[in-house]
Amino acid sequence: MKRTKETMTPESIVIRGGTVIDPGRFNGLADVLVQNGRVVEIGMPLLASLPEGPALRTIDATGLIVSPGFVDLHCHLREPGFEYKETIQSGAASAIAGGFTSICCMPNTQPVNDNESITDFILTKAKEAGTARVFPIGAITKKSEGEELADIGELIGAGCIAISDDGRPVMNSLVMRRAMEYAKAFGVPVVDHCEDLHLSCGGSMNEGIVSTQLGIPGIPHASEEVMVARNLSLAHLTGVHVHLAHLSTARSVELVRLAKKQGLPVSAEVCPHHFSVTEEAVRGYNSNAKMNPPLRTDPDVQALKDGLRDGTIDVIATDHAPHAIQEKQLEFDAAPFGIVGFETALPLTLRLVEEGVLSLEQALDKLAKSPANLFHLPAGSLDVGEAADVVIFDPKEEWVIDPDRFRSKSRNTPFGGWKVKGRVKQTIVGGRLVYEDR
Amino acid sequence: MNRALTRISHEILERNKGLSALALVGIRSGGEFLARRIAALINQIEHAEVPIGELDITLYRDDLSLRKDQPEIRKTTIPFNITNMKIVLVDDVLFTGRTIRAALDGLMDLGRPSEVQLAVLVDRGHRQLPIRANYVGKSLPTAKEESVQVFFKELGQVDRVSIIPA
Amino acid sequence: MGLNRKDLLTIAALSADEIHLILTTAESLKEVGGRDIKKVPALRGKTVVNLFFEPSTRTRTSFELAAKRLSADVINFSPSTSSIVKGETLIDTARNIESMQADIIVLRHSSPGAADNLAGAVRSSVINAGDGWHEHPTQALLDLFTLKEKKGYIEGLTVVIVGDIAHSRVARSNILALTKLGAHVRVVAPPTMLPLLIEKLGVTVYYRFEEALIGADAIIMLRLQRERLGQALLPSIREYANLYCLTPERLQLAKPEAIVMHPGPMNRGVEISPSVADSAAAVILDQVSNGVSVRMALMYLLSGSA
Repeated sequence: MKRTKETMTPESIVIRGGTVIDPGRFNGLADVLVQNGRVVEIGMPLLASLPEGPALRTIDATGLIVSPGFVDLHCHLREPGFEYKETIQSGAASAIAGGFTSICCMPNTQPVNDNESITDFILTKAKEAGTARVFPIGAITKKSEGEELADIGELIGAGCIAISDDGRPVMNSLVMRRAMEYAKAFGVPVVDHCEDLHLSCGGSMNEGIVSTQLGIPGIPHASEEVMVARNLSLAHLTGVHVHLAHLSTARSVELVRLAKKQGLPVSAEVCPHHFSVTEEAVRGYNSNAKMNPPLRTDPDVQALKDGLRDGTIDVIATDHAPHAIQEKQLEFDAAPFGIVGFETALPLTLRLVEEGVLSLEQALDKLAKSPANLFHLPAGSLDVGEAADVVIFDPKEEWVIDPDRFRSKSRNTPFGGWKVKGRVKQTIVGGRLVYEDR
Repeated sequence: MNRALTRISHEILERNKGLSALALVGIRSGGEFLARRIAALINQIEHAEVPIGELDITLYRDDLSLRKDQPEIRKTTIPFNITNMKIVLVDDVLFTGRTIRAALDGLMDLGRPSEVQLAVLVDRGHRQLPIRANYVGKSLPTAKEESVQVFFKELGQVDRVSIIPA
Repeated sequence: MGLNRKDLLTIAALSADEIHLILTTAESLKEVGGRDIKKVPALRGKTVVNLFFEPSTRTRTSFELAAKRLSADVINFSPSTSSIVKGETLIDTARNIESMQADIIVLRHSSPGAADNLAGAVRSSVINAGDGWHEHPTQALLDLFTLKEKKGYIEGLTVVIVGDIAHSRVARSNILALTKLGAHVRVVAPPTMLPLLIEKLGVTVYYRFEEALIGADAIIMLRLQRERLGQALLPSIREYANLYCLTPERLQLAKPEAIVMHPGPMNRGVEISPSVADSAAAVILDQVSNGVSVRMALMYLLSGSA
């Protein structure tokens, strides 16, 4: 009993000697003092007046980066319904191992998160897990069938922070319009997985030279872009914030850039896999390179990077989508879409810093502050008085991605064996050390 | 080489009392050249054509399933029906007898000859099967580890037989 | 030179030399089919499993005959797609078959890449007998064989492939094989039936059949799958036939000695008119008998590296 209480009570932590980066506010060597779950003081040199006693934990962050914990606007925790792929507990464990302290989970569970009881269930499970903060995203339509609106007011009341039919995009534009209008009353963003399913026509990879060579039915760029254009028009019509999930094509970026110039209420995310690999990764029928939207081409990768650099793309989200080994062992066209993402997001993002696409501070903005702001989450900052959600990582440590060591239940990643740089050392949620690299 | 082949040609004619129902089948690839030369010699002697065929025995080898790399298959061309014919198989070197065993099997799949005889340029001994040639150009005592190679002018070489030490 | 590989999965992976070796071996083996006793002992004691997840009597029969002419034992296994419903993966099925000491597994499957997946999971040799829209390498090899037999050579020939290129594994394999051996390949189809960036495979694209036929040495007609109608790829069979049926008049546009090939089964009156199908130019039945020789050659060559 005593033990449980100890782990549940926020301890006092002093993080010494690290480079603290609180995007937009602070960037420099500093010590951070955490007490009662909150950031109490940031300074250098810190505090002759540190609290004494066994309750004070000191973390030596010399040579490390101290950042607000990462915030993922897009993940799939699979519970309820697909616990063999992931549970809220295992998903949250994977999140903190990747430095994510707040994660927003999509409603495509079984049953779909289209009512209060499912939202309650998710929040209860998340509390039991007691690691990352979990923010559920409610369904736009009942069972995500794209026809009748879900009880959106009830969902928001229960704790959902956005609505989306991710995985089963709303094909009917009128339903989408009504959902956006209705969401206005609650001030939550509407998140859309932009895909015209008719154009996708059952495809399972990018339509292009590789699909032509491999004989795999293709998903054209246009399948995403026509829905991006639709959503931008609806944002213009309704004035409601639409958040475009996992953009993958150059023209999508261009459309968003134009919309932002015109002042439309739009935000956009990109996933690490879409800026790290191309359709070439599918060769050999690698089902771990099968995701939706699919991996695209070099010019698309370049455009996504440009979009990140100039701010057209606001956030980096993982689209963490665990699937069991036996599912990914199926033939390429039969295997499900998606890869796990929490535990590879940081090193893949740091590649952009290495390439000079983003500064480290910009990268941390896309991973922490910007997503928190967009979805109005109490996270993404190390300001004094804020909840102490902190990630401490070594930006230089080299390691080899080994899916067998993931905290996630699933292993589906195309990055196994990649030699990468940047490793999470400690993760603190609400002033508690919840993850430590050993 | 020519002298030996001339003698073999005469022996074939003598033993078979002429050319009636007689045909030569050379085993690829050495036997193929020898069969043609014997046919030409017989033609000189008798002023008559003897039918010639070429047999590739690869598919009948007894070591196929033991090999890692499959030997090249060449064409079998026997442009006449061998049933009820007297077939003289022609090969360059008679050694273990396994090639002749394969050739006999291959031949039997193509029809039912009335008789099969064997002509070889060189018999180097070391038989592993109960096979004996009817016509031998030269018996050449060799060590088992040595190999015997026959060179043909048809392949742009000088006709000769050489023993290659192990 | 041997065929130094465990499997035959794609034409894409073969070198021109390897293709020539297969064709030469098939030429030598063709004689076996003309004998009274159509059997040689080369694969005696070997087991060939025809694993067909899609029905295809022709291809399966051709492989079966090829294996039997080489004296192999043949098992035909046609699992219903319901085994996937039961939760058994292709790999599970194949491992089961491998446990029966199969030396060669011939796989036909509706998923592109199924043969690649299988070959990576079993020690047996795998021959791809068609995987989705991806490849059908033995069909391309038998087409090359027939072309070489009729024309004497392949390099420099102009070959026209007509029809639903996008959804055709036969077209993909033929394009790769023909271009590797130096033929000029033209593809002709309505644009809805041409895959994106097909010209990057080294072919010339035509939309009008008549233009594509001028100067052709050989014409490969593809079967029109009637289910394409529901996918907005075509207005009607009638219109397709009007534009793309190989008629005697259209055949006149090709070289006088041009030959006509078809992988079968034909839709007479749709992609090929009966009078062309039955004309001296058509070598469709030669393709069928050559298919056995080519498959014998492959099985022989692959059986070496067990």
